Amino acid sequence: MPQPITATNDFVVKFANVNGSGSASANGLFAKSILRMGVPIASRNIFPSNIQGLPTWFEVRVCEAGHMGRRGGVDMMVAMNPQTWDRDVAEIEPGGYLFYDSTRPMPKSKFRDDITVIGCPLTEITNNAYSDPRQRQLFKNIVYLGALSALLDMEVEAVKAAIAAQFKGKEKLVPANYAALEMGRDWAIQHLSCPIGLRLRRADAVGDRIFTDGNAAAALGAVYGGATVCAWYPITPSTSLAEAFERYCGRLRKDPETGAKRYAIVQAEDELASIGMVVGAAWNGARAFTATSGPGISLMQEFLGLAYFAEIPAVVFDVQRAGPSTGMPTRTQQSDLLSAAYASHGDTKHVMLLPEDPTECFEFGATAFDLADRLQTPVFVMLDLDIGMNDWLCEPFKWDPNRRMDRGKVLDAAALDAAKTFGRYLDVDGDGIPYRTWPGTHPEKGAFFTRGTSRDRYARYTEDGGPYVDNMQRLLKKFHTARLLVPHPIATPAKEKARDGVIFYGSTSAAMREALVALQAQGIHLDAMRIRAFPFHDDVAEFIAGHERVFVVEQNRDAQLRTLLVTELGIDPARLVPVLHYDGTPITARFIQSAIAERASAANVLPFRKATP
Amino acid sequence: MSYLPKPKLHHPKLPTNAIGLTRRDYEGAISTLCAGCGHDSISAAIIQACFNLSIPPHRVAKLSGIGCSSKTPTYFLGAAHGFNSVHGRMPSVLTGAYLANRDLIYLGVSGDGDSASIGFGQFAHSIRRGVNMTYIVENNGVYGLTKGQFSATSDLGSVAKKGAVNTDQPIDLAAIAVQLGATFVARSFSGDKEQLVPLIEAALLHEGAAFLDVISPCVAFNNHPGSTKSYDYVREHNEALNRLDVMVPRETITASYRPGEVTEVTQHDGSVLRLRKLRTEHDPTNRASAMHHILERRAAGEIVTGLIYVEPEPTALHAHLGTVPQPLNALGDAELCPGVDALEKINAALR
Repeated sequence: MPQPITATNDFVVKFANVNGSGSASANGLFAKSILRMGVPIASRNIFPSNIQGLPTWFEVRVCEAGHMGRRGGVDMMVAMNPQTWDRDVAEIEPGGYLFYDSTRPMPKSKFRDDITVIGCPLTEITNNAYSDPRQRQLFKNIVYLGALSALLDMEVEAVKAAIAAQFKGKEKLVPANYAALEMGRDWAIQHLSCPIGLRLRRADAVGDRIFTDGNAAAALGAVYGGATVCAWYPITPSTSLAEAFERYCGRLRKDPETGAKRYAIVQAEDELASIGMVVGAAWNGARAFTATSGPGISLMQEFLGLAYFAEIPAVVFDVQRAGPSTGMPTRTQQSDLLSAAYASHGDTKHVMLLPEDPTECFEFGATAFDLADRLQTPVFVMLDLDIGMNDWLCEPFKWDPNRRMDRGKVLDAAALDAAKTFGRYLDVDGDGIPYRTWPGTHPEKGAFFTRGTSRDRYARYTEDGGPYVDNMQRLLKKFHTARLLVPHPIATPAKEKARDGVIFYGSTSAAMREALVALQAQGIHLDAMRIRAFPFHDDVAEFIAGHERVFVVEQNRDAQLRTLLVTELGIDPARLVPVLHYDGTPITARFIQSAIAERASAANVLPFRKATP
Repeated sequence: MSYLPKPKLHHPKLPTNAIGLTRRDYEGAISTLCAGCGHDSISAAIIQACFNLSIPPHRVAKLSGIGCSSKTPTYFLGAAHGFNSVHGRMPSVLTGAYLANRDLIYLGVSGDGDSASIGFGQFAHSIRRGVNMTYIVENNGVYGLTKGQFSATSDLGSVAKKGAVNTDQPIDLAAIAVQLGATFVARSFSGDKEQLVPLIEAALLHEGAAFLDVISPCVAFNNHPGSTKSYDYVREHNEALNRLDVMVPRETITASYRPGEVTEVTQHDGSVLRLRKLRTEHDPTNRASAMHHILERRAAGEIVTGLIYVEPEPTALHAHLGTVPQPLNALGDAELCPGVDALEKINAALR
């Protein structure tokens, strides 16, 4: 047997559970207890499209160094699901640990001899302590939390504090949970050799960071951004965004005297109606959004073209999942970039924001409304399941108290009276952005007819080619203006002069940063650029021009960002080397490191070319 | 060029309404529909109704989908904002607009293809949500812009211009609106201005989901023998339930009525709907009876017109949602942004 792994504040624990067994709450407590010890963690749910019965996993990466990406590999498996036993046991690193419920004996063939096996009769303990079947099930999770706290040398006070926080408002439940915790902890101390090689030690590495999910953060961004209308249709993994908006609005957006709502949320009959309501509300001067995922984006295509052509601000949060079709609805991908960037028939281009974590989900969630109003066009905020549905340790939300909504070029009655002329699609300022009016503004001036059919600069219907082309060119100009207004890319130069560069975005960022450190240790130096929006800022083209090759790291099959770079910036495809991960699990630093090292290490490496027929 | 502005000149002695506007002030651009199209008569009825009610034109938002009917908002209320949206999707756009500003009057114009086929779902859901709107379907039983295909409201056995016979069951949008909980349902005929104008007035005053199915013959593709939506057929089979007069609260009632049963329904805004009943067994405030009556008369081969159902005290979506009385689009930073202190509390709770 290899030496058991020894590591302090740097290991991965994975919980294998049955969906609907109440494990999520206990696993969350495990994660939060570690944070309370000042040790950073990155946690991820891997869950099925199911309410009860199918396998679900929760992975906690403990990392004092602060790497927030998924590492890959498992040092300790908490195997609570007989259905997935074999694959769970197989996933443990050599020298790793297996924790399981030993109430029922398992044949020796079900174990491995290169790992440490730790049995704890959880069912027996809970069956003895509780008579109610539901209690037996729920407290079993807390009992294993107690056992783990002893095995991993966790501070019991930190776990208790996490329990107290979890049951805030339901204090009656706290003593029973403490008791179950102690039950597991005592049993482990008496029967097992505690602690094992994997240990936690109090640190001061969490700072003032917060622990939250991207969907809730984006929803809070929408609240701060002044959104008043939310129309949505339930779809995994975006549902919790609309629900978080409702929750935050309930707390933050009611008239303090009357309790009346300063917001309207409608669960529509489908995604077509959702985006239709958003378009109608935004046309009429409210800040409106919808939250959806890939299949919803497909359904919204016609309306998105209308909003582009009729120039209506609309904000769409796309929490991406694995496609095509229903694909893997509970697995993550960055595979809607192309369908969002060019959504709808005809020539269209849309603004996309690419947040890397919940902090940016909040920031971009608010900024999206300013951009949509300023640019009078749909703006996509491209989350994915990994950012949207997992809790991330990230920088606290910030808000400038002097910040005000930018409603863009809207003429009120006084402005209409003062204006010499009003043409809805006149490019008065030379930036491609016209002025608009809201319905009901002025008895005689400023009314116009909004349509998806071609029209002249004064919104008068026409099927003449000249005015049509004139309008389409102005829309291009507006899109060119957008590149300066959207969040700029962030470049991180290598420590030493680098021939090659790497471009990445969104939820890949944490794993990428870790991979850069590892690659550097291998002697592979890369200048890095994190892209935060589409259209691309001029810095992106400059960055690519400054390197022989640029790796483009993405979580989709077809290198969608690379396609956008090639198409929009006219880059020679041979210079952009795709690094692609798309099995539905979050990309890992190990994957990126090995994929890049393989191509970058050999001095006589041939330029990578996309294999096209 | 299919945008034809009308000359602004008009006779100096044209009558004005309570807000000093003439009927011409409620007009739009010149229609580009076929001469004799029923839809133009409906546009004229909308103009007359808005003029009669002295509605400031710019306080109306007129929305439509795609099709001949959906072109018509260009031809009335030129001072109002209009939105010619996506085929079958007017209801969702109108719902969103209404959410943004509850103070405007929302007039949705649609057709039978737009509402009974591609937009059947959106029609249904906007009605059942109780959006405060007037939803007019200009129903000709045929796809006009694509030249004469049957629509989902075409009657069974109806014959197309080129001879094809419709073998599918028709959708009766008015009956479905009653079933869906519309608080105002009426049917009329574009060729009967006397009936249509007061119904539009009543619908505009109704503070809930008001639905009007207006049979509007298509002179190009559905006005021949064998069609059940031709001028001749509708005139022969029109079974009017009642004749309506609408009195807004400030008007004194001066009209005189012929003998017969008269029912008054006071709407929430105080307007009085005075119904001269032509069929005494029909009670327009009873949903079940309204439904029964439509089905019964349909079985007898008649087209029931008039005010079919009205709920005098309707509620609408904003009330269901519990929103503030001000339009949401009028709220500013102070009302919408919770500020730095609230954010700090949220941060603290997430640690």
